[in-house]
Amino acid sequence: MIEILLLVLIPLLLAWPLGLYMTGIFSGKPHISDRLFLPLESALFRLSGINPARGMDWKSYGRAFLFSNLILGLLAFVLLLLQSWLPLNPDGIGPLSWDLALHTAVSFLTNTNQQHYSGQAQLSYFSQSIVLVTLQFVTPAMGLAICAAVLRGMNGGRNAETAQENEERDLGNYYVDLVRGVVRLLLPLAMVTALLLAAQGVPSTYDGAQKTAVLDATSEIKEQTIPLGPVAAMVAIKQLGTNGGGWYGPNSANPLENPTPVSNAIETMSIVLIPMAVVFMAGGLLRRRGFTLMSLAAMGLLSALCIGASIYSEQLPNAAFAGLAAEGPNLEGKEVRFGADASALWATLTTQTSSGSVNAMHDSLNPLAGLVTRAGMLVNAIWGGIGCGFVNFLVYVWITVFLAGLMIGRTPEIFGRKIETREITLLGALIVLPTLCILGLTAFTVAIPALTGNSNPGFHGIAQVFYEYTSAFANNGSGFEGLGDNTPWWNLSCVLVLLVGRYLPLVIPLMIAGSLARKRVAPVSSGSLRLENATFCLTLVTVILILNFLSFLPATVLGPIGEALELAQTE
Amino acid sequence: MTSTVTVTATGAKKSRAQAFDSALLREAAGLAWRKFAPASAVKNPVMFVVLVGAVVTAVITAHRIGTGASFGFELASALILLFTVWFANFAEAIAEARGRGQAASLRSARRDLTARRLLDKNGNGKKETIAATDLRKGDRVLVQAGEYVPADGDITQGVATINESAVTGESAPVLREAGTDHSGVIGGTRVLTGDIEVTVSTDPGESFLDRMIGLVEGAKRQKTPNELALTVLLAALTLVFLIAVSSLPALAGFMDVQLDTTMLIALLVCLIPTTIGGLLPAIGIAGMNRALQANIIAKSGKAVEVAGDIDTLLLDKTGTITFGDRQATEFLPLNGIGEQRLALAAQLASLEDPTPEGKSVLRLAQELGYEKPAMPVDSQFILFSAQTRISGVQQADGSHCIKGAAEAVKRWAQQRQLPVSPVLDTLVNRVAQQGATPLVVADSQAVLGVIALSDVIKPGVAERFARLRALGVKTIMVTGDNPITAGAIAAEAGVDSFIAEALPEDKLELIRNEQTAGRLVAMVGDGTNDAPALAQADVGLAMNSGTQAARDAGNMVDLDSDPAKLLAVVEVGKQLLITRGALTTFSLANDVAKYFAIVPAVFAGALPAIAALDLMQLHSPQSAVLSALIFNALIIPALVPLALKGVKLRAQSAEQLLRNNMLVYGLGGVLLPFVAIKAIDLMLSLFL
Repeated sequence: MIEILLLVLIPLLLAWPLGLYMTGIFSGKPHISDRLFLPLESALFRLSGINPARGMDWKSYGRAFLFSNLILGLLAFVLLLLQSWLPLNPDGIGPLSWDLALHTAVSFLTNTNQQHYSGQAQLSYFSQSIVLVTLQFVTPAMGLAICAAVLRGMNGGRNAETAQENEERDLGNYYVDLVRGVVRLLLPLAMVTALLLAAQGVPSTYDGAQKTAVLDATSEIKEQTIPLGPVAAMVAIKQLGTNGGGWYGPNSANPLENPTPVSNAIETMSIVLIPMAVVFMAGGLLRRRGFTLMSLAAMGLLSALCIGASIYSEQLPNAAFAGLAAEGPNLEGKEVRFGADASALWATLTTQTSSGSVNAMHDSLNPLAGLVTRAGMLVNAIWGGIGCGFVNFLVYVWITVFLAGLMIGRTPEIFGRKIETREITLLGALIVLPTLCILGLTAFTVAIPALTGNSNPGFHGIAQVFYEYTSAFANNGSGFEGLGDNTPWWNLSCVLVLLVGRYLPLVIPLMIAGSLARKRVAPVSSGSLRLENATFCLTLVTVILILNFLSFLPATVLGPIGEALELAQTE
Repeated sequence: MTSTVTVTATGAKKSRAQAFDSALLREAAGLAWRKFAPASAVKNPVMFVVLVGAVVTAVITAHRIGTGASFGFELASALILLFTVWFANFAEAIAEARGRGQAASLRSARRDLTARRLLDKNGNGKKETIAATDLRKGDRVLVQAGEYVPADGDITQGVATINESAVTGESAPVLREAGTDHSGVIGGTRVLTGDIEVTVSTDPGESFLDRMIGLVEGAKRQKTPNELALTVLLAALTLVFLIAVSSLPALAGFMDVQLDTTMLIALLVCLIPTTIGGLLPAIGIAGMNRALQANIIAKSGKAVEVAGDIDTLLLDKTGTITFGDRQATEFLPLNGIGEQRLALAAQLASLEDPTPEGKSVLRLAQELGYEKPAMPVDSQFILFSAQTRISGVQQADGSHCIKGAAEAVKRWAQQRQLPVSPVLDTLVNRVAQQGATPLVVADSQAVLGVIALSDVIKPGVAERFARLRALGVKTIMVTGDNPITAGAIAAEAGVDSFIAEALPEDKLELIRNEQTAGRLVAMVGDGTNDAPALAQADVGLAMNSGTQAARDAGNMVDLDSDPAKLLAVVEVGKQLLITRGALTTFSLANDVAKYFAIVPAVFAGALPAIAALDLMQLHSPQSAVLSALIFNALIIPALVPLALKGVKLRAQSAEQLLRNNMLVYGLGGVLLPFVAIKAIDLMLSLFL
């Protein structure tokens, strides 16, 4: 129990100074880190012809974001298609099918890392360590950039002091934000983490697969091939960047990717470190420490509830063991090295953030923990993906402000800026979007069983399909597993969900922030809604829970809840 | 009804009494059926979905009757859905009918009036008699004593006393005069004395009253900004539930289960926010009605809504905070002179004084227990004049009792070689510093002392400012008084700040400054020189007695010409938003219990595992669905009174308001339907 607490509290404590550091690098003011990084960044800008001094309004910022994604996505797609002709392929791995290449490119481009392939068997070293790892560094920084821009907008933009009313506001320079996120945050952190992991025994080599004799001489297999590669580097950024796409198919359940309890602890803490730091950064950029506290309280409350439920659930025996003499926690699909608690904690954190890396098979979780993993992804704002998680959180805050604002008898306003029909229309689109994508495609897919490639009938089968689309929409990327998902239908329908689930939830809040930024600011009085208190925090938590409960209860009744009730009856 | 506490209009009382009378209910019931017309129904997306659900269920019922299957459940569902829509229509209709009733009673006064219109512009006296309804803007009409004013307008010549009771309910006559700040007349009011020439200010059908009627009538009504935003949010939620429910047949199909369409429609209708969706129009109209009850005519619904957002109230001291006329509040005798002597002299000097100040001296003396002296025989009253600044009485023996401005009385005393004690100046200054006006009293023997004339603060004003402050509204008093006087009154009335020695232009300047700081400003005005400030303010409440320019510039007109009404308007605006927010929260919170009633029922037959979700242990799947539907339908009429009256506005900080409303409408909204649906189910189980 103490380990579990420590694994959550240590990253929270580390996130504090890290968040202050991030505030510093995104605040636009000279920062102590300039001395170390500015020369490198300036060289990059000169090479690429970017003027770092140029401010962007929300439109330019959004265009730059989408444009850079389009270029990166095309490049990744082509490189993956051509991997068998490219260098760093010591094991002679063949080409990917076009739909799998497209799915993989989009999946990593959207910071999802949903994998319909098995890394060590289907991707070359070049594809993994150059193509995918590049995306794993760049995409979290993109989310962080959008988050910083949205936060700047909520304070009126960088030209708030000088701008006229209704003048477009400067939300920062996208390329500067992007480069700083990679150079000043992700690269240094990943370097340290990679070294720590390598020290624990995670492979870090460009040599090809090793062949060894098996230990058990009586076995029919006489020789074992052990795939290797620059694993530690990828695993570090996989965990830190809420990416989740590991080197090996079984992800961090594989002993080479996650060899020891210490590596497991490092990897667990890496999942939530930066998402937690973003919460501290938000208060810094908004210049509202109280907002950070309120956000920490709301997210912390939800997170603690989920972790508690998950661990409780996995302490219960597997339902299949009912009536047997064997007692003890549910260890199906888990590494005995880590045990039920650490696996349940990982499963909870990886679905709350958009990481999606796993150290146990979610398919084998008891129903309650299975529900918790879905809840984390559906809410998608308890810590959440880097940047995008906090942006999602702000969306819930805006909706709550609208309801709460009406209830105190004023046109709803956040930090003095009014939320009006334009903003509500955009928020309405964000409310409808997850239901439309997840439920719509789940219903369509299960209606045509030939498409699903399910391994299970009944409730569990629906649960698998629902999980896959939820994971894609939340840009989480964890797999429930058990689906035969490398088919054109799964690849292409997931590509659609991945794209919609990534870009609209980032661009629409950017639009809202652009529109809020231009508004007249009402001064604070005792009649204005304050966000930095327990009442608002609890209202917010209620809105988050009720919105998701109302949207997804019927579907979950036919999935995980139905399954849980069914299992309960068979006992 | 806290918002109309200070409203004295009889109109308000009348309409409250008739709030739910049977004729009104009958009218609304009929109107509710007419609102089923598709063109009208489609305006409310939430209720339109219910209507479509009712039609589909009816078709299913007909089909089952045709095929000989049992149809009781389907028929019952179709009927409940139909009534759900009808209840929503009824809520809107009753709000409309009340508003129309109030407006019509205001308007009835001007029916069948005739007007004598001046024919040519040179004014050589030719005139014709035409129906008042044929008058156009700019026409000039003559109105004589005893006649009715045919249309809204401005007096361009003459002065008259007018009985406005037909419109305002206030029977005391009011004075209206050309070229002053009180030149406005309302159609339908009666001229008691004086002949006037009135320039008509509106075309038929475009008077403020006509516009106000438009605000409460469904057909012409424009949604206010917040109402529109909420409608969008509710439409988005409706879409979410539509998708959630539509996905169920496919999911169930995967498990080889057929779901009952009627039950799915019931689930959908119970989930979408019908409670707030059905009451939303009624809430908006009722807000306008509350304004109208307070005899305030808003030019747009937006203006009333914005009133709730007001950060700063700009209030004229005179008429709003104080009664305006200075009243005697204290006798301050000089050394060696008794209060009795001072009081006697003061009364003698005021016996025939027609001014309010003079009358108040007599009242004060009476309150202090002094007997009123009789007017000495053969005495002569000296009227106050701007030159002498003295008034009083000269008795038959040539002796005087006078009162007047300090300087004037001192000069008067020096002319008669009466000693003027230096203590007089001390007294005079002390009175002035307290914000009062000193009047010095003297008789032929001596200077006697000082009467303090104070601006008397209206009762209840300070409490209201305190309430507003709790709600975050800042009050600024504007006055022409000197800073000392202004400060004293400001402190007593409890305003947050004040501007002394203010010129009319200062108001505009102040409003602009406040607005630059991001505040929304409301102000009251009546004079033509108030017009720019009224137009600049976010809420400009013009006095109906004021000039046409002022009335055109403001976005609300107060028929009672009571500046303190601004405070009521702010509360009406806040109530409007709170009611919407509270009922939205309530509506969404209700869904939790409805889920637990209907979801088990929908799946119970085919998937027995799910029956475990049936927390409420309802009688049967059919009774569960019908109970939820009945609750869903009945909650609408049950909340109509709340929607029409508005959620009670307490003087609390934002956080307290939010906490209370979340507890009552959020937590209450979760719990109530569990109890109510169970109760309905128990009753239904007797029949099923």
